[in-house]
Amino acid sequence: MSTNTLTLSELSTRPLTLRLHEWVTTVDHKRLGILYILYALVFLALGGIEATIMRLQLIRPHNELVSPQVFNRMFTMHGTTMIFFVAMPLVFGFANYLVPLMIGARDMAFPRLNAFSFWMSALGGLFLYFSFFGGDGLYGAGSAPDVGWFAYAPLTAKTFSVGHSTDFWTLSLLSSGIGSIGTAINIITTILCMRCPGMTLGKMPLLVWLNLVMAGLVILAVSPLSAAQIMLVVDRYLGGHFFDTQAGGSAVIWMHFFWIFGHPEVYVLVLPAFAFASEIIPVFSRKAIFGYPVMVLATVAIGFIGMSVWAHHMFTIGMSAGANTFFVLSTMAIAVPTGIKIFNWLATMWGGRIRYATPMLFCVAFLFQFLVAGLTGVTLAVAPLNWQLGNSYYVVAHFHYVIVGGILFCIFAAFYYWFPKASGKLYSEALGKLHFWLFFIGFHLTFDFMHVPGILGMPRRIYTYEPGRGWDIWNLIVTIGVVFQAAGILVFAANLLWSYLRGKTAGNDPWDAWTLEWSTSSPPPVYNYAAVPNVRSRRPLWDLKHSEDPDWRYE
Amino acid sequence: MSPTSIFAPVSTPAQSIFGLSIFVLVTVAAIFVVVFSLLAYAAVKYRNKQGDDSSEPAQVYGSTQVELAWTVIPVLIVVALFLATTRVILAIQNAPHPSGAVEVIVTGHQYWWEYRYPKLNIVTANELHVPVSDPAHPTPTFLTLLSADTDHSFWVPRLGGKTDLIPNHPNQMWIDPHETGLFLGQCAQYCGTQHAKMLLRVYVQSPEDFERWVHEQQQSAQPTSSAGERVFESAACVNCHTVSGTPAVGKFGPDLTHLMSRETLASGAVKNTPEILRLWIKNPDAIKPGSKMPAMGLNDPDLDAVTAYLETLR
Repeated sequence: MSTNTLTLSELSTRPLTLRLHEWVTTVDHKRLGILYILYALVFLALGGIEATIMRLQLIRPHNELVSPQVFNRMFTMHGTTMIFFVAMPLVFGFANYLVPLMIGARDMAFPRLNAFSFWMSALGGLFLYFSFFGGDGLYGAGSAPDVGWFAYAPLTAKTFSVGHSTDFWTLSLLSSGIGSIGTAINIITTILCMRCPGMTLGKMPLLVWLNLVMAGLVILAVSPLSAAQIMLVVDRYLGGHFFDTQAGGSAVIWMHFFWIFGHPEVYVLVLPAFAFASEIIPVFSRKAIFGYPVMVLATVAIGFIGMSVWAHHMFTIGMSAGANTFFVLSTMAIAVPTGIKIFNWLATMWGGRIRYATPMLFCVAFLFQFLVAGLTGVTLAVAPLNWQLGNSYYVVAHFHYVIVGGILFCIFAAFYYWFPKASGKLYSEALGKLHFWLFFIGFHLTFDFMHVPGILGMPRRIYTYEPGRGWDIWNLIVTIGVVFQAAGILVFAANLLWSYLRGKTAGNDPWDAWTLEWSTSSPPPVYNYAAVPNVRSRRPLWDLKHSEDPDWRYE
Repeated sequence: MSPTSIFAPVSTPAQSIFGLSIFVLVTVAAIFVVVFSLLAYAAVKYRNKQGDDSSEPAQVYGSTQVELAWTVIPVLIVVALFLATTRVILAIQNAPHPSGAVEVIVTGHQYWWEYRYPKLNIVTANELHVPVSDPAHPTPTFLTLLSADTDHSFWVPRLGGKTDLIPNHPNQMWIDPHETGLFLGQCAQYCGTQHAKMLLRVYVQSPEDFERWVHEQQQSAQPTSSAGERVFESAACVNCHTVSGTPAVGKFGPDLTHLMSRETLASGAVKNTPEILRLWIKNPDAIKPGSKMPAMGLNDPDLDAVTAYLETLR
């Protein structure tokens, strides 16, 4: 304890530039993980502001707060930001921080590649936001891309997108894509080659398994996206005609390229969320995870089936009845392993002694919300129903239920759960619960009621709408929910900051948890473990704490 | 009652989707109730109560029987949903194409709809007229969907699901409305700045009314040699607009031969009144900022004359 304080004061007496320089040049997986996460939080604020502008514009019909041009930029930037510069860096940040610690390693397999990947991703975010200043090039004052986050051809062709806004969007995704592939290779190598003695594949924490499958999906999904971006650059600058429909190119090919990335991407984001739930629910229920081998199998199944469902984003483009039928079946099939996961978490809680600290509150809300998100997903897998609901607000509500109600809730749980480990401080439980309830209320006001205008015929991506269609009241409620969500986010930020500066000392293991990271100091030293650990079961700290009844007897 | 609700179908494709959606919604609602109850029960019943000692509960690692049960039951539900879905896909996509069907070629433009009736020799815009279809003697309308520029999507929820209009990728859909009346919808695939005001209006008419409409639309305009027509034909208007029977043969904008037979302007964005028409010619951005119709920069007398001329196009 005293040595820790000494180090801290020692650190803070050194000049700021020197300390910043250490962060910029670091190859330590923990620091890079924190950089990813802080970077994502900045973009979360930007993406949130963009969403708020959209919701204020849609608060009533024929509102004139922003022009159509500005609104179209807002939804393009919101989608691109939230997926590529919030969700992805959060996922990679936590994977970076946690995977080496949980497998008893001292760093990632390729520390320099790790730093390179982070800075490539960071560069991508800068490209995207530079478009506000450089987007119009020599044409005018500057603008962000307005082609939508899936940038359907031929809207991205030179004819329809003059200036450079689309080019910045392309560069941004190419750059962050290189970073993502680098990190994915790093995570896979780390997991396969750097596990501590005794940790066979079957004894890895579920979080590690889920991140292994996630990283595999990143390589398979981000590569075609990057290829498509290069093809788009060829179209725009080298006279190619891949997607240029005016010269015989194909708009449909772009859709296939985008969604063979876009749908696995959902699993890239949701598997780490499942990973957090699979660590947090057992610890706060005080029970081992129920059905570990089935959980692993379900994860691998989701990875495989997830690669074959992409065209359910394309039911309305006029595919043959045979193709439609195939994608109905594959999409519905993925509900089975996902359902298995929900049941196993439920069984983990069953018969437990559940402690409702903030991480567990977020995880339990996640279970309910992910149930709804999965079931609305099944309704959208029904192709004929998708012909009605596709591209409507019902779809917008559905995927925000997945990404916010599922993924973001788990990420908040992870923030609170590992904050004591990363900072060495306890967060404020009162502020944590306030954050939870504000965000929970805001989430449900916004995204429950957003399903209705979709059923009543409201398409997405419209900057205004006609009165008299029965959409007004629902849009008003949806916008009111934003106030609560924003308040929740502010409480969250205040909690992180206040607890970092003033929080009580956490100690090594504040949750009485079972995985390796809780056996080292908080925050962990640069080398993670003074002696490389040796494990015999999936819960090495349970074995230590219950030497009379260790896990390895049952596994 | 929303005029665009998917739960108020009046055409066979929309009705079969509605029937299927009820089956699907009841099924997922049942799953929701069961799983929600189990989750809520576990979350409340097994919470750590005050006065509990600090000992750990019994550790259970799994159960093959239970895992099998919650794998097999969802598989069976998926099979049922899949079969029901496939039936409706085939019924809609492989429907017979009777020879008496009305044929319409729909072309999506940034931000308006062009309708051509090749068998009837009619070209019009933004307001689609189709005959009502008596189930005993069906007269469905088959739409061939094309795009002149970016992707669009044709969605009138009470008549059927949406189908995209994609350049170089012709699509087909059909409707057979069982009721007369006006049915609303709008473009459902983001197509550019004014995607929001690319509205759809489908007028379903009795066979007699449809006959009369067809007859009117088949007439050419009569040259008037009015001052307004001279302005119209000497300004850039004719580069984009057609008025059949006159030198105006532009193809980029909507055909104006029977402009006054339409209730709305700017793809349904505003009512078609002389004042609004004049404003639309003077400054389209006041009505639909970002539309492809340019402000013509006419002086007031010319503006009045052109408006007066357009009002003769019935």
